Amino acid sequence: MREHAEAPTSLEGLPNNLRGLMELALAVPEESEAGDKTRPPSELKKLGTVSISVWHSVLSVAEFVGMSLLSFGRFLTGRARFRSGEFWLIVQECGANALPIVTLISFLIGLILAFVGNVQLASFGASLYVADLVGIAMVREMGVVMTAIIMSGRTGAAFAAHLGSMKANQEIDALKTFGFNAFDYLVLPRMLALVLMMPLLTIYANVVGILGGMLVGAAVGIPPALYWYETLTVVNLSNSSLGIFKSVFFGLAIAMSGCLQGMNAASSSSGVGKATTRAVVASITSIIVLDSAFAVIFTVLDI
Amino acid sequence: MSGSDEIPQPKAKVAVRDLTMAYGSFVVMRDLNFEINERDIFIIMGGSGCGKSTLLRHLIGLMEPAKGSVLYDGEDFTATDPADRGRFIKRFGVMYQSGALWSSLTLAENIALPLEENTDLPAKIIRELVSYKLALVGLSGYEDYYPAQISGGMNKRAGIARAMALDPDILFLDEPGAGLDPLSSRRLDDLILRLRDSLGSTIVIVTHELASIFAIANNSIFLDTATRTQGAIGDPNELRDHSENPAVRLFLRRGEELEPLDPPTPSS
Repeated sequence: MREHAEAPTSLEGLPNNLRGLMELALAVPEESEAGDKTRPPSELKKLGTVSISVWHSVLSVAEFVGMSLLSFGRFLTGRARFRSGEFWLIVQECGANALPIVTLISFLIGLILAFVGNVQLASFGASLYVADLVGIAMVREMGVVMTAIIMSGRTGAAFAAHLGSMKANQEIDALKTFGFNAFDYLVLPRMLALVLMMPLLTIYANVVGILGGMLVGAAVGIPPALYWYETLTVVNLSNSSLGIFKSVFFGLAIAMSGCLQGMNAASSSSGVGKATTRAVVASITSIIVLDSAFAVIFTVLDI
Repeated sequence: MSGSDEIPQPKAKVAVRDLTMAYGSFVVMRDLNFEINERDIFIIMGGSGCGKSTLLRHLIGLMEPAKGSVLYDGEDFTATDPADRGRFIKRFGVMYQSGALWSSLTLAENIALPLEENTDLPAKIIRELVSYKLALVGLSGYEDYYPAQISGGMNKRAGIARAMALDPDILFLDEPGAGLDPLSSRRLDDLILRLRDSLGSTIVIVTHELASIFAIANNSIFLDTATRTQGAIGDPNELRDHSENPAVRLFLRRGEELEPLDPPTPSS
Protein backbone atom coordinates (compact mmCIF):
# COMPACT_ATOMS: atom_id res chain seq x y z
CA MET A 1 0.00 0.00 0.00
CA ARG A 2 2.84 2.35 0.79
CA GLU A 3 4.40 1.66 -2.59
CA HIS A 4 1.19 2.57 -4.34
CA ALA A 5 0.92 5.77 -2.39
CA GLU A 6 4.51 6.70 -3.23
CA ALA A 7 4.30 5.81 -6.89
CA PRO A 8 3.01 9.19 -8.13
CA THR A 9 5.70 11.14 -6.25
CA SER A 10 8.49 8.97 -7.64
CA LEU A 11 7.32 9.81 -11.16
CA GLU A 12 7.62 13.55 -10.48
CA GLY A 13 11.18 14.01 -11.67
CA LEU A 14 10.72 12.17 -14.95
CA PRO A 15 10.46 13.91 -18.29
CA ASN A 16 6.88 14.26 -19.57
CA ASN A 17 7.00 11.54 -22.21
CA LEU A 18 8.51 8.96 -19.82
CA ARG A 19 6.01 9.85 -17.13
CA GLY A 20 3.22 9.32 -19.64
CA LEU A 21 4.56 5.85 -20.40
CA MET A 22 4.93 4.99 -16.73
CA GLU A 23 1.39 6.11 -15.98
CA LEU A 24 0.17 4.01 -18.86
CA ALA A 25 2.00 0.97 -17.51
CA LEU A 26 0.72 1.49 -13.95
CA ALA A 27 -2.86 2.34 -14.94
CA VAL A 28 -4.06 -1.27 -15.17
CA PRO A 29 -3.58 -3.44 -12.07
CA GLU A 30 -1.82 -6.76 -12.63
CA GLU A 31 -4.19 -9.67 -13.38
CA SER A 32 -4.00 -12.05 -10.45
CA GLU A 33 -4.75 -15.02 -12.74
CA ALA A 34 -2.09 -14.05 -15.26
CA GLY A 35 0.50 -14.07 -12.47
CA ASP A 36 -0.14 -17.75 -11.73
CA LYS A 37 1.00 -18.79 -15.17
CA THR A 38 4.42 -17.15 -14.91
CA ARG A 39 5.44 -19.01 -11.75
CA PRO A 40 7.67 -21.95 -12.77
CA PRO A 41 6.06 -25.28 -11.79
CA SER A 42 7.87 -27.66 -9.43
CA GLU A 43 9.55 -30.81 -10.77
CA LEU A 44 6.82 -32.96 -9.22
CA LYS A 45 4.14 -30.90 -10.93
CA LYS A 46 5.98 -31.23 -14.26
CA LEU A 47 6.15 -35.02 -13.83
CA GLY A 48 2.45 -35.07 -13.04
CA THR A 49 1.64 -32.92 -16.07
CA VAL A 50 3.65 -35.21 -18.35
CA SER A 51 2.04 -38.36 -16.92
CA ILE A 52 -1.43 -36.92 -17.34
CA SER A 53 -0.73 -35.83 -20.91
CA VAL A 54 0.68 -39.27 -21.81
CA TRP A 55 -2.42 -40.90 -20.31
CA HIS A 56 -4.63 -38.49 -22.22
CA SER A 57 -2.92 -39.30 -25.50
CA VAL A 58 -3.35 -43.04 -24.82
CA LEU A 59 -7.04 -42.36 -24.19
CA SER A 60 -7.38 -40.28 -27.34
CA VAL A 61 -5.78 -43.03 -29.45
CA ALA A 62 -8.15 -45.58 -27.91
CA GLU A 63 -11.10 -43.29 -28.54
CA PHE A 64 -9.98 -42.76 -32.13
CA VAL A 65 -9.63 -46.49 -32.76
CA GLY A 66 -13.11 -47.00 -31.34
CA MET A 67 -14.55 -44.23 -33.48
CA SER A 68 -12.83 -45.70 -36.55
CA LEU A 69 -14.39 -49.11 -35.87
CA LEU A 70 -17.84 -47.58 -35.41
CA SER A 71 -17.40 -45.54 -38.54
CA PHE A 72 -16.28 -48.60 -40.49
CA GLY A 73 -19.31 -50.44 -39.16
CA ARG A 74 -21.54 -47.63 -40.45
CA PHE A 75 -19.72 -47.85 -43.79
CA LEU A 76 -20.37 -51.59 -44.06
CA THR A 77 -24.05 -51.11 -43.28
CA GLY A 78 -24.23 -48.24 -45.77
CA ARG A 79 -24.96 -45.53 -43.21
CA ALA A 80 -21.65 -43.64 -43.40
CA ARG A 81 -21.95 -40.64 -45.68
CA PHE A 82 -19.14 -39.01 -47.59
CA ARG A 83 -18.77 -37.64 -51.10
CA SER A 84 -17.60 -40.34 -53.48
CA GLY A 85 -15.89 -37.66 -55.62
CA GLU A 86 -13.84 -36.62 -52.61
CA PHE A 87 -12.95 -40.27 -51.94
CA TRP A 88 -11.63 -40.85 -55.47
CA LEU A 89 -9.62 -37.63 -55.27
CA ILE A 90 -7.96 -38.93 -52.10
CA VAL A 91 -7.36 -42.29 -53.80
CA GLN A 92 -5.68 -40.48 -56.68
CA GLU A 93 -3.68 -38.32 -54.29
CA CYS A 94 -2.34 -41.20 -52.21
CA GLY A 95 -2.18 -43.74 -55.03
CA ALA A 96 -1.32 -42.61 -58.52
CA ASN A 97 0.30 -39.34 -57.46
CA ALA A 98 2.70 -41.20 -55.16
CA LEU A 99 4.04 -43.39 -57.99
CA PRO A 100 7.03 -41.22 -59.03
CA ILE A 101 8.56 -41.02 -55.55
CA VAL A 102 7.81 -44.70 -54.83
CA THR A 103 9.44 -45.63 -58.15
CA LEU A 104 12.58 -43.64 -57.44
CA ILE A 105 13.06 -44.82 -53.87
CA SER A 106 12.27 -48.51 -54.53
CA PHE A 107 14.49 -48.62 -57.59
CA LEU A 108 17.39 -47.13 -55.63
CA ILE A 109 16.76 -49.45 -52.67
CA GLY A 110 16.88 -52.50 -55.00
CA LEU A 111 20.05 -51.09 -56.51
CA ILE A 112 21.72 -50.52 -53.15
CA LEU A 113 20.78 -53.96 -51.85
CA ALA A 114 22.23 -55.56 -54.97
CA PHE A 115 25.47 -53.56 -54.77
CA VAL A 116 26.02 -54.30 -51.10
CA GLY A 117 25.04 -57.96 -51.47
CA ASN A 118 27.21 -58.44 -54.52
CA VAL A 119 30.36 -57.23 -52.77
CA GLN A 120 29.96 -60.02 -50.20
CA LEU A 121 28.61 -62.75 -52.46
CA ALA A 122 31.15 -62.19 -55.24
CA SER A 123 33.97 -62.92 -52.78
CA PHE A 124 32.95 -66.57 -52.78
CA GLY A 125 31.65 -66.68 -56.33
CA ALA A 126 27.95 -66.64 -55.55
CA SER A 127 27.01 -63.42 -57.38
CA LEU A 128 23.88 -65.00 -58.79
CA TYR A 129 22.41 -65.18 -55.30
CA VAL A 130 22.15 -61.38 -55.41
CA ALA A 131 18.83 -62.03 -57.13
CA ASP A 132 17.62 -64.13 -54.18
CA LEU A 133 18.81 -61.55 -51.69
CA VAL A 134 17.17 -58.61 -53.44
CA GLY A 135 13.98 -60.56 -54.14
CA ILE A 136 13.48 -61.79 -50.59
CA ALA A 137 14.49 -58.49 -49.00
CA MET A 138 12.17 -56.48 -51.22
CA VAL A 139 9.03 -58.56 -50.94
CA ARG A 140 9.31 -59.34 -47.24
CA GLU A 141 10.65 -56.11 -45.80
CA MET A 142 12.13 -53.29 -47.84
CA GLY A 143 9.31 -52.79 -50.36
CA VAL A 144 6.58 -52.42 -47.79
CA VAL A 145 8.62 -50.55 -45.16
CA MET A 146 10.03 -48.02 -47.60
CA THR A 147 6.61 -47.46 -49.17
CA ALA A 148 5.09 -46.98 -45.73
CA ILE A 149 7.76 -44.48 -44.72
CA ILE A 150 7.32 -42.55 -47.97
CA MET A 151 3.57 -42.50 -47.41
CA SER A 152 4.00 -41.30 -43.80
CA GLY A 153 5.96 -38.30 -44.92
CA ARG A 154 3.85 -37.68 -47.96
CA THR A 155 0.28 -38.65 -47.23
CA GLY A 156 0.13 -38.96 -43.42
CA ALA A 157 1.55 -35.45 -43.12
CA ALA A 158 -0.85 -34.18 -45.77
CA PHE A 159 -3.83 -35.67 -43.92
CA ALA A 160 -2.76 -34.05 -40.65
CA ALA A 161 -2.09 -30.68 -42.26
CA HIS A 162 -5.33 -30.70 -44.24
CA LEU A 163 -7.58 -31.73 -41.36
CA GLY A 164 -5.67 -29.47 -38.96
CA SER A 165 -6.16 -26.40 -41.12
CA MET A 166 -9.80 -27.33 -41.70
CA LYS A 167 -10.18 -27.37 -37.95
CA ALA A 168 -8.33 -24.07 -37.48
CA ASN A 169 -10.55 -22.52 -40.14
CA GLN A 170 -13.71 -23.83 -38.39
CA GLU A 171 -14.55 -25.91 -41.46
CA ILE A 172 -15.02 -28.97 -39.26
CA ASP A 173 -17.40 -27.00 -37.00
CA ALA A 174 -19.31 -26.03 -40.13
CA LEU A 175 -19.66 -29.70 -41.08
CA LYS A 176 -20.99 -30.50 -37.61
CA THR A 177 -23.57 -27.73 -37.60
CA PHE A 178 -24.93 -29.04 -40.89
CA GLY A 179 -25.49 -32.39 -39.26
CA PHE A 180 -22.56 -34.17 -40.90
CA ASN A 181 -20.64 -36.76 -38.99
CA ALA A 182 -17.22 -35.15 -39.43
CA PHE A 183 -15.51 -38.46 -38.72
CA ASP A 184 -17.37 -40.34 -41.46
CA TYR A 185 -17.00 -37.45 -43.83
CA LEU A 186 -13.29 -36.73 -43.38
CA VAL A 187 -11.49 -39.60 -41.66
CA LEU A 188 -13.23 -42.66 -43.11
CA PRO A 189 -12.52 -41.92 -46.82
CA ARG A 190 -8.87 -41.22 -46.00
CA MET A 191 -8.45 -44.48 -44.13
CA LEU A 192 -10.23 -46.48 -46.82
CA ALA A 193 -8.21 -44.84 -49.59
CA LEU A 194 -4.86 -45.50 -47.96
CA VAL A 195 -5.74 -49.06 -46.93
CA LEU A 196 -6.78 -49.66 -50.53
CA MET A 197 -3.71 -48.06 -52.10
CA MET A 198 -0.93 -49.31 -49.80
CA PRO A 199 -1.02 -52.95 -51.01
CA LEU A 200 -0.99 -51.81 -54.65
CA LEU A 201 1.91 -49.44 -54.03
CA THR A 202 3.75 -52.21 -52.19
CA ILE A 203 3.39 -54.67 -55.08
CA TYR A 204 4.59 -51.96 -57.43
CA ALA A 205 7.54 -51.08 -55.16
CA ASN A 206 8.55 -54.76 -54.98
CA VAL A 207 8.64 -55.10 -58.75
CA VAL A 208 10.56 -51.86 -59.22
CA GLY A 209 13.07 -52.84 -56.51
CA ILE A 210 13.71 -56.17 -58.21
CA LEU A 211 14.27 -54.33 -61.50
CA GLY A 212 16.82 -52.11 -59.70
CA GLY A 213 18.64 -55.23 -58.54
CA MET A 214 18.47 -56.61 -62.04
CA LEU A 215 20.25 -53.53 -63.38
CA VAL A 216 23.14 -54.09 -60.98
CA GLY A 217 23.07 -57.77 -61.87
CA ALA A 218 23.43 -56.91 -65.53
CA ALA A 219 26.34 -54.60 -64.64
CA VAL A 220 28.20 -57.42 -62.85
CA GLY A 221 27.50 -59.98 -65.56
CA ILE A 222 24.23 -61.71 -64.65
CA PRO A 223 21.94 -61.79 -67.70
CA PRO A 224 18.49 -60.34 -66.90
CA ALA A 225 16.72 -63.57 -67.92
CA LEU A 226 18.84 -65.58 -65.52
CA TYR A 227 18.39 -62.96 -62.80
CA TRP A 228 14.62 -63.11 -63.27
CA TYR A 229 14.60 -66.91 -63.23
CA GLU A 230 16.67 -66.95 -60.05
CA THR A 231 14.33 -64.39 -58.43
CA LEU A 232 11.33 -66.58 -59.20
CA THR A 233 12.90 -69.54 -57.43
CA VAL A 234 12.71 -67.74 -54.07
CA VAL A 235 9.93 -65.19 -54.44
CA ASN A 236 6.68 -67.09 -54.24
CA LEU A 237 3.13 -66.20 -53.37
CA SER A 238 3.49 -67.00 -49.68
CA ASN A 239 6.46 -64.77 -48.91
CA SER A 240 5.40 -61.92 -51.19
CA SER A 241 1.95 -61.94 -49.58
CA LEU A 242 3.63 -61.30 -46.21
CA GLY A 243 4.67 -57.83 -47.31
CA ILE A 244 1.27 -57.12 -48.81
CA PHE A 245 -0.42 -58.32 -45.62
CA LYS A 246 1.72 -55.93 -43.58
CA SER A 247 1.03 -53.05 -45.96
CA VAL A 248 -2.66 -53.08 -44.99
CA PHE A 249 -1.76 -52.52 -41.33
CA PHE A 250 0.86 -49.92 -42.17
CA GLY A 251 -1.67 -48.04 -44.31
CA LEU A 252 -4.11 -48.09 -41.43
CA ALA A 253 -1.43 -46.86 -39.01
CA ILE A 254 -0.41 -43.98 -41.30
CA ALA A 255 -3.98 -42.86 -42.00
CA MET A 256 -4.93 -43.08 -38.34
CA SER A 257 -1.91 -41.12 -37.08
CA GLY A 258 -2.44 -38.45 -39.73
CA CYS A 259 -6.17 -38.08 -39.15
CA LEU A 260 -5.96 -38.33 -35.36
CA GLN A 261 -3.36 -35.57 -35.15
CA GLY A 262 -5.22 -33.45 -37.68
CA MET A 263 -8.58 -33.76 -35.92
CA ASN A 264 -6.98 -33.03 -32.52
CA ALA A 265 -4.76 -30.18 -33.74
CA ALA A 266 -4.83 -26.90 -31.85
CA SER A 267 -6.71 -24.25 -33.80
CA SER A 268 -3.73 -22.18 -34.93
CA SER A 269 -1.05 -22.29 -37.58
CA SER A 270 1.55 -23.50 -35.07
CA GLY A 271 -0.95 -26.13 -33.94
CA VAL A 272 -1.18 -27.42 -37.50
CA GLY A 273 2.63 -27.56 -37.72
CA LYS A 274 2.88 -29.50 -34.48
CA ALA A 275 0.12 -31.86 -35.55
CA THR A 276 1.94 -32.60 -38.81
CA THR A 277 5.19 -33.30 -36.98
CA ARG A 278 3.45 -35.56 -34.49
CA ALA A 279 1.64 -37.38 -37.27
CA VAL A 280 4.86 -38.24 -39.10
CA VAL A 281 6.70 -39.25 -35.92
CA ALA A 282 3.77 -41.37 -34.74
CA SER A 283 3.27 -43.12 -38.06
CA ILE A 284 6.96 -43.93 -38.62
CA THR A 285 7.24 -45.19 -35.04
CA SER A 286 4.15 -47.34 -35.36
CA ILE A 287 5.36 -48.75 -38.69
CA ILE A 288 8.67 -49.86 -37.18
CA VAL A 289 7.02 -51.21 -34.03
CA LEU A 290 4.41 -53.09 -36.06
CA ASP A 291 7.11 -54.44 -38.37
CA SER A 292 9.12 -55.73 -35.40
CA ALA A 293 6.00 -57.36 -34.01
CA PHE A 294 5.28 -58.98 -37.36
CA ALA A 295 8.89 -60.20 -37.58
CA VAL A 296 8.49 -61.96 -34.21
CA ILE A 297 5.09 -63.38 -35.11
CA PHE A 298 6.25 -64.66 -38.50
CA THR A 299 9.33 -66.23 -36.92
CA VAL A 300 7.26 -67.97 -34.26
CA LEU A 301 4.79 -69.16 -36.89
CA ASP A 302 7.75 -70.15 -39.07
CA ILE A 303 6.49 -68.38 -42.18
CA MET B 1 -37.14 -19.01 -11.12
CA SER B 2 -35.11 -18.18 -14.19
CA GLY B 3 -35.25 -15.01 -16.20
CA SER B 4 -37.32 -13.34 -13.50
CA ASP B 5 -36.31 -9.90 -14.75
CA GLU B 6 -37.66 -10.72 -18.23
CA ILE B 7 -41.33 -10.83 -19.13
CA PRO B 8 -41.83 -14.33 -20.55
CA GLN B 9 -42.32 -14.05 -24.30
CA PRO B 10 -44.64 -16.56 -25.94
CA LYS B 11 -42.79 -16.47 -29.25
CA ALA B 12 -39.26 -16.89 -27.95
CA LYS B 13 -37.28 -18.76 -30.62
CA VAL B 14 -34.34 -19.39 -28.34
CA ALA B 15 -34.38 -19.41 -24.58
CA VAL B 16 -31.27 -19.68 -22.44
CA ARG B 17 -31.79 -20.82 -18.86
CA ASP B 18 -29.20 -20.50 -16.09
CA LEU B 19 -26.41 -21.20 -18.57
CA THR B 20 -22.94 -21.53 -17.08
CA MET B 21 -20.09 -21.93 -19.56
CA ALA B 22 -16.71 -23.28 -18.54
CA TYR B 23 -13.48 -24.62 -19.99
CA GLY B 24 -12.68 -27.34 -17.46
CA SER B 25 -12.69 -25.60 -14.10
CA PHE B 26 -12.37 -22.12 -15.59
CA VAL B 27 -15.78 -20.48 -15.61
CA VAL B 28 -16.21 -18.14 -18.58
CA MET B 29 -19.73 -16.86 -17.84
CA ARG B 30 -22.33 -17.96 -15.34
CA ASP B 31 -26.09 -17.75 -14.86
CA LEU B 32 -27.01 -16.42 -18.27
CA ASN B 33 -30.77 -16.04 -18.72
CA PHE B 34 -32.19 -14.51 -21.86
CA GLU B 35 -34.57 -15.06 -24.71
CA ILE B 36 -34.26 -14.39 -28.41
CA ASN B 37 -37.61 -13.62 -30.00
CA GLU B 38 -38.84 -14.31 -33.48
CA ARG B 39 -37.60 -11.76 -36.04
CA ASP B 40 -35.14 -10.29 -33.56
CA ILE B 41 -31.78 -9.06 -34.67
CA PHE B 42 -30.09 -10.06 -31.46
CA ILE B 43 -26.56 -8.97 -30.64
CA ILE B 44 -24.18 -10.83 -28.35
CA MET B 45 -21.71 -8.14 -27.32
CA GLY B 46 -18.96 -7.62 -24.82
CA GLY B 47 -15.26 -6.94 -24.58
CA SER B 48 -12.68 -9.06 -26.40
CA GLY B 49 -12.25 -12.49 -24.84
CA CYS B 50 -15.36 -12.22 -22.66
CA GLY B 51 -16.92 -15.37 -24.09
CA LYS B 52 -19.10 -14.09 -26.95
CA SER B 53 -17.98 -16.79 -29.36
CA THR B 54 -18.10 -19.35 -26.54
CA LEU B 55 -21.75 -18.44 -25.96
CA LEU B 56 -22.39 -18.88 -29.68
CA ARG B 57 -20.73 -22.31 -29.60
CA HIS B 58 -23.05 -23.28 -26.76
CA LEU B 59 -26.11 -22.06 -28.65
CA ILE B 60 -25.28 -24.18 -31.70
CA GLY B 61 -24.23 -27.26 -29.78
CA LEU B 62 -20.49 -27.23 -30.46
CA MET B 63 -19.87 -26.99 -26.71
CA GLU B 64 -21.83 -28.53 -23.87
CA PRO B 65 -22.88 -26.28 -20.98
CA ALA B 66 -21.40 -26.79 -17.54
CA LYS B 67 -24.87 -26.05 -16.20
CA GLY B 68 -28.19 -24.82 -17.54
CA SER B 69 -29.89 -25.33 -20.86
CA VAL B 70 -30.66 -23.89 -24.28
CA LEU B 71 -34.21 -24.27 -25.63
CA TYR B 72 -35.35 -23.92 -29.23
CA ASP B 73 -39.10 -23.20 -29.53
CA GLY B 74 -39.48 -24.59 -26.02
CA GLU B 75 -37.65 -27.84 -26.83
CA ASP B 76 -34.57 -28.55 -24.77
CA PHE B 77 -31.61 -28.61 -27.17
CA THR B 78 -28.82 -29.22 -24.67
CA ALA B 79 -30.58 -32.20 -23.07
CA THR B 80 -30.88 -33.90 -26.46
CA ASP B 81 -28.24 -36.47 -27.28
CA PRO B 82 -25.77 -34.94 -29.78
CA ALA B 83 -26.54 -37.76 -32.21
CA ASP B 84 -30.25 -36.86 -32.24
CA ARG B 85 -29.84 -33.15 -32.84
CA GLY B 86 -30.59 -33.40 -36.54
CA ARG B 87 -34.06 -31.87 -36.21
CA PHE B 88 -32.64 -28.84 -34.40
CA ILE B 89 -29.78 -28.42 -36.79
CA LYS B 90 -32.11 -27.78 -39.72
CA ARG B 91 -33.58 -24.85 -37.81
CA PHE B 92 -30.41 -22.84 -37.69
CA GLY B 93 -27.63 -21.77 -40.00
CA VAL B 94 -24.23 -20.57 -38.87
CA MET B 95 -21.75 -18.20 -40.48
CA TYR B 96 -18.35 -18.57 -38.86
CA GLN B 97 -15.89 -15.79 -38.19
CA SER B 98 -13.79 -16.35 -41.29
CA GLY B 99 -16.62 -17.74 -43.39
CA ALA B 100 -15.26 -21.27 -42.87
CA LEU B 101 -16.22 -22.31 -46.37
CA TRP B 102 -14.91 -25.76 -47.27
CA SER B 103 -11.79 -24.78 -49.11
CA SER B 104 -11.66 -27.81 -51.39
CA LEU B 105 -15.13 -27.05 -52.80
CA THR B 106 -16.37 -24.23 -55.03
CA LEU B 107 -18.91 -21.74 -53.69
CA ALA B 108 -21.70 -23.60 -55.48
CA GLU B 109 -20.57 -26.94 -54.05
CA ASN B 110 -20.30 -25.39 -50.60
CA ILE B 111 -23.96 -24.43 -50.67
CA ALA B 112 -25.07 -27.57 -52.49
CA LEU B 113 -23.44 -29.98 -50.02
CA PRO B 114 -25.85 -29.38 -47.10
CA LEU B 115 -28.76 -29.58 -49.53
CA GLU B 116 -27.51 -32.84 -51.04
CA GLU B 117 -26.99 -34.38 -47.64
CA ASN B 118 -30.13 -33.17 -45.87
CA THR B 119 -32.75 -33.15 -48.62
CA ASP B 120 -33.89 -35.39 -51.47
CA LEU B 121 -34.09 -32.58 -53.99
CA PRO B 122 -33.04 -33.39 -57.57
CA ALA B 123 -29.72 -31.98 -58.76
CA LYS B 124 -31.37 -29.45 -61.05
CA ILE B 125 -33.40 -27.89 -58.24
CA ILE B 126 -30.33 -27.82 -56.00
CA ARG B 127 -28.43 -25.95 -58.73
CA GLU B 128 -31.21 -23.39 -58.96
CA LEU B 129 -31.39 -23.02 -55.19
CA VAL B 130 -27.63 -22.49 -55.05
CA SER B 131 -27.79 -19.73 -57.66
CA TYR B 132 -30.67 -18.13 -55.80
CA LYS B 133 -28.84 -18.17 -52.45
CA LEU B 134 -25.71 -16.73 -54.03
CA ALA B 135 -27.78 -14.04 -55.73
CA LEU B 136 -29.34 -13.14 -52.37
CA VAL B 137 -25.93 -12.19 -50.98
CA GLY B 138 -24.84 -10.50 -54.22
CA LEU B 139 -22.53 -13.21 -55.49
CA SER B 140 -24.26 -14.28 -58.73
CA GLY B 141 -21.74 -15.54 -61.20
CA TYR B 142 -19.25 -16.68 -58.58
CA GLU B 143 -20.58 -20.26 -58.50
CA ASP B 144 -17.39 -21.85 -59.73
CA TYR B 145 -14.91 -19.84 -57.69
CA TYR B 146 -13.01 -21.43 -54.83
CA PRO B 147 -13.05 -19.66 -51.44
CA ALA B 148 -9.35 -18.82 -51.77
CA GLN B 149 -10.02 -16.95 -55.03
CA ILE B 150 -12.42 -14.36 -53.59
CA SER B 151 -12.00 -11.59 -51.02
CA GLY B 152 -12.63 -11.82 -47.29
CA GLY B 153 -15.89 -9.89 -47.49
CA MET B 154 -17.12 -12.14 -50.29
CA ASN B 155 -16.16 -15.18 -48.22
CA LYS B 156 -18.31 -13.88 -45.39
CA ARG B 157 -21.24 -13.26 -47.70
CA ALA B 158 -20.82 -16.72 -49.22
CA GLY B 159 -20.73 -18.02 -45.63
CA ILE B 160 -24.11 -16.35 -45.05
CA ALA B 161 -25.44 -17.89 -48.27
CA ARG B 162 -24.33 -21.31 -47.06
CA ALA B 163 -25.83 -20.70 -43.62
CA MET B 164 -29.15 -20.04 -45.39
CA ALA B 165 -28.88 -23.18 -47.52
CA LEU B 166 -31.50 -25.13 -45.58
CA ASP B 167 -33.81 -22.10 -45.10
CA PRO B 168 -33.25 -21.96 -41.35
CA ASP B 169 -35.46 -19.95 -38.96
CA ILE B 170 -32.42 -18.65 -37.13
CA LEU B 171 -29.16 -17.36 -38.53
CA PHE B 172 -26.10 -17.15 -36.30
CA LEU B 173 -23.41 -14.78 -37.55
CA ASP B 174 -20.03 -14.72 -35.82
CA GLU B 175 -18.37 -11.30 -36.22
CA PRO B 176 -19.74 -10.62 -39.70
CA GLY B 177 -18.28 -7.11 -39.87
CA ALA B 178 -14.81 -7.82 -38.49
CA GLY B 179 -12.02 -7.06 -40.93
CA LEU B 180 -14.28 -5.45 -43.50
CA ASP B 181 -13.93 -1.93 -44.84
CA PRO B 182 -16.70 0.51 -43.78
CA LEU B 183 -18.60 0.22 -47.05
CA SER B 184 -18.56 -3.58 -47.15
CA SER B 185 -19.55 -3.60 -43.52
CA ARG B 186 -22.46 -1.29 -44.29
CA ARG B 187 -23.56 -3.46 -47.21
CA LEU B 188 -23.48 -6.47 -44.91
CA ASP B 189 -25.70 -4.63 -42.40
CA ASP B 190 -28.17 -3.85 -45.18
CA LEU B 191 -28.10 -7.49 -46.25
CA ILE B 192 -28.84 -8.64 -42.68
CA LEU B 193 -31.77 -6.23 -42.37
CA ARG B 194 -33.14 -7.27 -45.75
CA LEU B 195 -32.91 -10.96 -44.85
CA ARG B 196 -34.82 -10.38 -41.64
CA ASP B 197 -37.49 -8.27 -43.33
CA SER B 198 -38.01 -10.40 -46.41
CA LEU B 199 -37.47 -13.91 -45.04
CA GLY B 200 -38.63 -13.28 -41.48
CA SER B 201 -35.48 -14.89 -40.09
CA THR B 202 -34.31 -14.45 -36.55
CA ILE B 203 -30.71 -13.31 -36.62
CA VAL B 204 -28.18 -13.66 -33.80
CA ILE B 205 -24.95 -11.74 -34.26
CA VAL B 206 -21.74 -11.85 -32.26
CA THR B 207 -20.03 -8.52 -32.68
CA HIS B 208 -18.60 -5.48 -30.98
CA GLU B 209 -18.84 -3.13 -33.94
CA LEU B 210 -20.87 -0.32 -32.40
CA ALA B 211 -21.93 1.25 -35.70
CA SER B 212 -23.46 -2.03 -36.85
CA ILE B 213 -25.03 -2.69 -33.48
CA PHE B 214 -26.93 0.61 -33.44
CA ALA B 215 -27.87 0.32 -37.10
CA ILE B 216 -29.47 -3.10 -37.07
CA ALA B 217 -30.09 -4.51 -33.60
CA ASN B 218 -33.34 -4.47 -31.71
CA ASN B 219 -32.25 -6.71 -28.85
CA SER B 220 -28.97 -7.67 -27.25
CA ILE B 221 -27.10 -9.19 -24.38
CA PHE B 222 -23.98 -7.62 -22.89
CA LEU B 223 -21.49 -10.07 -21.38
CA ASP B 224 -19.64 -8.39 -18.54
CA THR B 225 -16.06 -9.57 -18.07
CA ALA B 226 -15.82 -8.07 -14.57
CA THR B 227 -18.76 -9.96 -13.08
CA ARG B 228 -18.57 -12.96 -15.43
CA THR B 229 -22.27 -12.82 -16.14
CA GLN B 230 -24.75 -10.85 -18.24
CA GLY B 231 -24.43 -7.11 -17.74
CA ALA B 232 -27.64 -6.07 -19.48
CA ILE B 233 -30.32 -7.24 -21.89
CA GLY B 234 -32.34 -5.10 -24.26
CA ASP B 235 -32.28 -2.79 -27.24
CA PRO B 236 -28.74 -1.43 -27.48
CA ASN B 237 -30.05 2.01 -28.44
CA GLU B 238 -31.88 2.11 -25.11
CA LEU B 239 -29.04 0.58 -23.15
CA ARG B 240 -26.59 3.20 -24.35
CA ASP B 241 -28.41 5.96 -22.47
CA HIS B 242 -30.50 4.19 -19.89
CA SER B 243 -28.72 1.04 -18.76
CA GLU B 244 -28.30 0.79 -15.01
CA ASN B 245 -24.96 -0.92 -15.53
CA PRO B 246 -22.20 1.65 -16.06
CA ALA B 247 -20.02 -0.93 -17.81
CA VAL B 248 -22.70 -1.29 -20.49
CA ARG B 249 -23.05 2.46 -20.99
CA LEU B 250 -19.29 2.76 -21.12
CA PHE B 251 -19.03 0.02 -23.74
CA LEU B 252 -21.78 1.41 -25.94
CA ARG B 253 -20.33 4.92 -25.81
CA ARG B 254 -16.77 3.80 -26.51
CA GLY B 255 -15.81 4.79 -22.95
CA GLU B 256 -16.78 8.42 -23.42
CA GLU B 257 -19.03 8.67 -20.40
CA LEU B 258 -16.44 8.38 -17.66
CA GLU B 259 -12.98 9.82 -17.14
CA PRO B 260 -10.52 8.23 -19.60
CA LEU B 261 -8.32 6.59 -16.96
CA ASP B 262 -11.09 5.50 -14.57
CA PRO B 263 -11.52 1.74 -14.67
CA PRO B 264 -15.15 0.62 -15.06
CA THR B 265 -16.75 0.05 -11.67
CA PRO B 266 -17.83 -3.57 -11.48
CA SER B 267 -21.49 -3.90 -10.53
CA SER B 268 -21.26 -6.70 -8.02
